[in-house]
Amino acid sequence: MKSFSAIRHIFGFQLQDALRSRWLTLHTLVYLCISEGLLLSTGFADKTLVSLINVVLFLVPLIALVFGVIHQYNNRDYTVWMLTQPVERRHLFSGLFLGLTVPMMASFGLGLGLPFLWHGGLAGGQMLRLATLVGLGSVLILVGTGVATILSIRFSDRVKGIGLVLIFWMGFALLFDGLVLLGVSAFAQWPVEKALLGAMLLNPIDLARLILLQTFDAAAMLGYTGAVFTRFFGSAMGLILATGALVLWAVTPTWSALRLFNRQDF
Amino acid sequence: MHLFHPGSPQPVTVTDLHKSFGDLTVLAGIDLTLHPQQTTAIVGPNGAGKTTLIKSILGLVRPDSGSIRVLGTDIRSGVDYREHIGYMPQHPHFPENLTGHQMMAMLRKLHGPAHDSHTALLRSLRLDGELDKPFRVLSGGTRQKIAAVLAFLFHPPILILDEPTAGLDPVSSAALKDHVRHRRDEGACTVLTSHVLADLEELADRIVFLLDGRIRFDGQLDDLRTATGQERLERAIASLIEGEAA
Repeated sequence: MKSFSAIRHIFGFQLQDALRSRWLTLHTLVYLCISEGLLLSTGFADKTLVSLINVVLFLVPLIALVFGVIHQYNNRDYTVWMLTQPVERRHLFSGLFLGLTVPMMASFGLGLGLPFLWHGGLAGGQMLRLATLVGLGSVLILVGTGVATILSIRFSDRVKGIGLVLIFWMGFALLFDGLVLLGVSAFAQWPVEKALLGAMLLNPIDLARLILLQTFDAAAMLGYTGAVFTRFFGSAMGLILATGALVLWAVTPTWSALRLFNRQDF
Repeated sequence: MHLFHPGSPQPVTVTDLHKSFGDLTVLAGIDLTLHPQQTTAIVGPNGAGKTTLIKSILGLVRPDSGSIRVLGTDIRSGVDYREHIGYMPQHPHFPENLTGHQMMAMLRKLHGPAHDSHTALLRSLRLDGELDKPFRVLSGGTRQKIAAVLAFLFHPPILILDEPTAGLDPVSSAALKDHVRHRRDEGACTVLTSHVLADLEELADRIVFLLDGRIRFDGQLDDLRTATGQERLERAIASLIEGEAA
């Protein structure tokens, strides 16, 4: 149980640091203001929930990547010092990584959800939609901080690290669908639908979009790859496949970061 | 009180250590034994391999070949050997919103109860009022002093101090050096890197000079002066570098 106890202690102190952090307060306030602003301007919980889809798909990964990479670079000297203590690398990584992601997820969930509470609560279906938004946003936070951690370990130059997370975000959030569409039109005479489905599984933001829009029953907003995916598999099968792929996305960057951390020279 | 007993393994034994980063060879076969009750200064120009050698002992850098034993235990066998090492980094950084007391509490959770000798160092470094303030409001010098206290917290038999007095005021610098000497007299094995030559003259019993990843000189300060014919340490080290470059 020594390992679990080391992770718990390191995580506990990271949590104490995060709870007093101005950055985390700002992070909560950003989502709180967006949620509150949308509720006040639309006047309806349903419309607000639909508008929050784009917040989750675009803003959450961007903030997780940028905040994650800056946090990791700022804490690099501390991490190195902790590595000189009698604690296994994998336990140190787990404690530090949980100390970054758990407060971010909690702050995101609170910021997004609290305004609904003081505006009169939500009906059953709306509650499920909000939970899906918070759940998928949390998965995207995990993906973003995982990728940010990999880059911060791999590149000691913080300018390079920050540049690469921005390229990662632009690639997956903005360019991916357009590039796929370009590929389809360029190879229109070939059977490219299956390749397209494969491409969709490579993009966590597309996967989250697909699950969200299925939950919200708003197929008109699926985007090109999402529409093909749903047509091919039908909505139930598509949902299961997308969820499975997203779970893989949630695990893979963190696992890769841990492997890199274990063998990296600091 | 002595930290080592007769017949106990040497604090640190480095054998045929090699390390390269890509095409750059940083350590090219280091053999070094560090003894109890001795302060060893590792010196050399930038890029000589000092930091990589120290990081290898601390387990931060994985050597390509060779071995390092701490108190007789190969460091590849686990992390427990680090309980015997106190490390003071050149640029200490701690979570901005935590305090010195919280860092001590965390280390106690990882190591076990602290030795009470650190209270003397706390007093001599005049840190009493600073340990409840978050690190974000503390000056670089105060963080450095807290890093020193954390390195000495568990009364470790091996101390690794990387530029320990850089950024300290003269009073604190003198207090820290007194403490290092006191611990040496108690039997501690201390490794020191410093560009402040006065520190080396005051603290070092032994000088290990590295150049291009190899040990080019290993001996006492007086031996260095005799070997180079230079009375002043700065001139003696410069003479070593120039001699090797020629």
